[in-house]
Amino acid sequence: MNIHEYQAREIFQAHGLPVPDSEVVDTPEGAADAARSLGGRVVIKAQVHAGGRGKAGGVKLAADPEEARDAAGLILGMEIKGLTVRKVLVAPTADIATEAYVGIVMDRVSQRPVMMVSPEGGVDIEEVAETNPEAIFKETIDPRYGLLNHQATRLAYRLFSDPSLARPAAGVLLGLWRAYRSADATLAEVNPLISTSSGEVLAIDAKMNIDDSALFRHPALEAMRDEDAEAPSERRAREAGLSYIKLEGSVGCCVNGAGLAMATMDLVKYYGGDPANFLDIGGSSNPEKVVCALEIMAGDPNVLSILFNIFGGITRCDDVANGIVEATSRLELRVPLTIRLTGTNEDEAVGILGVAGFEADTDMDRAVQRAVRAAGVQ
Amino acid sequence: MAIFIGEHTRLVVQGITGRDGSFHARQMRDYGTRLVAGVTPGKGGQTFDADVPIFNTVVDAVEEAGANTSVIYVPASFAADAILESADSGIELIVCITEGIPVADMMRVMPYIEERGCRLVGPNCPGLIVPGICKVGILPGQIVLPGRVGIVSRSGTLTYEVIFQLTSAGIGQSTSIGIGGDPIIGTDFVDCLRAFEADSETDGVVIIGEIGGTDEQTAARFVSENMTKPVVGFIAGQTAPPGRRMGHAGAIISGSEGTAEEKTRAFRENGIAVAERPADIVDALQAVV
Repeated sequence: MNIHEYQAREIFQAHGLPVPDSEVVDTPEGAADAARSLGGRVVIKAQVHAGGRGKAGGVKLAADPEEARDAAGLILGMEIKGLTVRKVLVAPTADIATEAYVGIVMDRVSQRPVMMVSPEGGVDIEEVAETNPEAIFKETIDPRYGLLNHQATRLAYRLFSDPSLARPAAGVLLGLWRAYRSADATLAEVNPLISTSSGEVLAIDAKMNIDDSALFRHPALEAMRDEDAEAPSERRAREAGLSYIKLEGSVGCCVNGAGLAMATMDLVKYYGGDPANFLDIGGSSNPEKVVCALEIMAGDPNVLSILFNIFGGITRCDDVANGIVEATSRLELRVPLTIRLTGTNEDEAVGILGVAGFEADTDMDRAVQRAVRAAGVQ
Repeated sequence: MAIFIGEHTRLVVQGITGRDGSFHARQMRDYGTRLVAGVTPGKGGQTFDADVPIFNTVVDAVEEAGANTSVIYVPASFAADAILESADSGIELIVCITEGIPVADMMRVMPYIEERGCRLVGPNCPGLIVPGICKVGILPGQIVLPGRVGIVSRSGTLTYEVIFQLTSAGIGQSTSIGIGGDPIIGTDFVDCLRAFEADSETDGVVIIGEIGGTDEQTAARFVSENMTKPVVGFIAGQTAPPGRRMGHAGAIISGSEGTAEEKTRAFRENGIAVAERPADIVDALQAVV
């Protein structure tokens, strides 16, 4: 789960990082008030789950409260990568001497967290990794011991040769690790970590992603979820325990299992169609989930054809069949439905569907071809 | 012979009295797996289905029932400790079916497992099956056919689909193994490929990958450098959008890394025959095995 910059700033501050105080507001007037209370020049930053906010015009400087009001007025309501800006952060501007990058990511290859720093901060770190990889320094963290003092020191001196800057920077790295570990994060990043001309080290940006699987033990983080950042259909699916991602195509795909769901979408493409979504109904076969899945797909105006692809294992085909019959009796389906079922209780499922007037196929390729044709794609 | 499990397997089910644990314990026993014990803390001394002893701890199951393999069906919040308990009790092979274990928990599990020298399969995996002999996990027994092709996959139902298509075409399997869809897993592709290469009852291997991470690329290099047996590959997720997690916790394209295109290319460049559709795996296998 992504959290917003203002939320990550709060967490970082709580772990002792030198993050300047800021305010988050949702009206231009609020931005003016915040600028007044912070005093001096401020920066107004869009709070959306998208990178490249600056390039998209979502970050503006303001010299006084009036300018802050105008800047917030321009940013609030703006769309950045399809997401509407509903909140802005108002923060004091800093007198930047140098900009560094510091971050922790979960590294799949070493199966450990890795801390990365670069004296070339303030830009996209992936870009630095491509153009100037020797400017990135890394320390692998042993999860049993955490980030060790000497590791933090080693990295801090990669960023600053002056001990009066390297010492506080090492403190930032240790604090970032504490924040990462205690929040069950999969990413924690400060970009940029700056030094000012008066010799301070400050974290003026904050980014954090939280491990979805760990949210059960972090109710305070779960409460940070921005439901407005999700498509309504995706939120509904999440609440029903379905894994759903909306795409732009016309063939709705409902599958049990993530791998088979991806393979089904790929097969739709192979036969000339475009998948309208990724939808995994999971291992258990609760008919209610099937009803919800069908309603979500039917509610997508782009969908011209719906395909069920079920390989029964733990999932019982008869449960899915019951869900389909139940859902189609509740809502009038405006698009054709193609059903492929095989595996556990397949015969019962075919019987249940037959009584309700549906045919079921057992072959995946044939069913996908039929669903693509039904969407009017040749 | 097969890989990792077989007639030598003496299984303990962790979470045997739970809904999933009890259902699959019966399925595994009925398939022929030697189910020697179950573990549910607080229920030690009872029996499961009248003939399987239940213990409070895994170490009791090892010492009193001779268990050497465990399979875990406990909820995600307890699963990491269940793995550690098995590793600490002298279990040689731990198969963790549970989905949704926090990444930080698995990061602490992995060094512990390595120090004790045991093998972990999963988590978030369907387990293993040796047709006609033994199964550990949740793979359906009715779709497999004894034979000489090994299958290794990051997925669950997609693996069933491929097994089913192979079986329908008369191509039997030596062992099928699902290694799990999480970003941090125990046994990886290379471990399985190495075991299949060494297995005298396997003539060729099917590798089923998906978007996210670089395990498939590493596996492809291993195939070209270390394998003599033919390998056929399939990658799911060509139509997956970047930056979105496709169901499996590990199935996400980060930046430009982990795309299906990149993985397919790595397969091709290293001599793995790539199937465009699951159905093409059958033809590709028939051409090489």
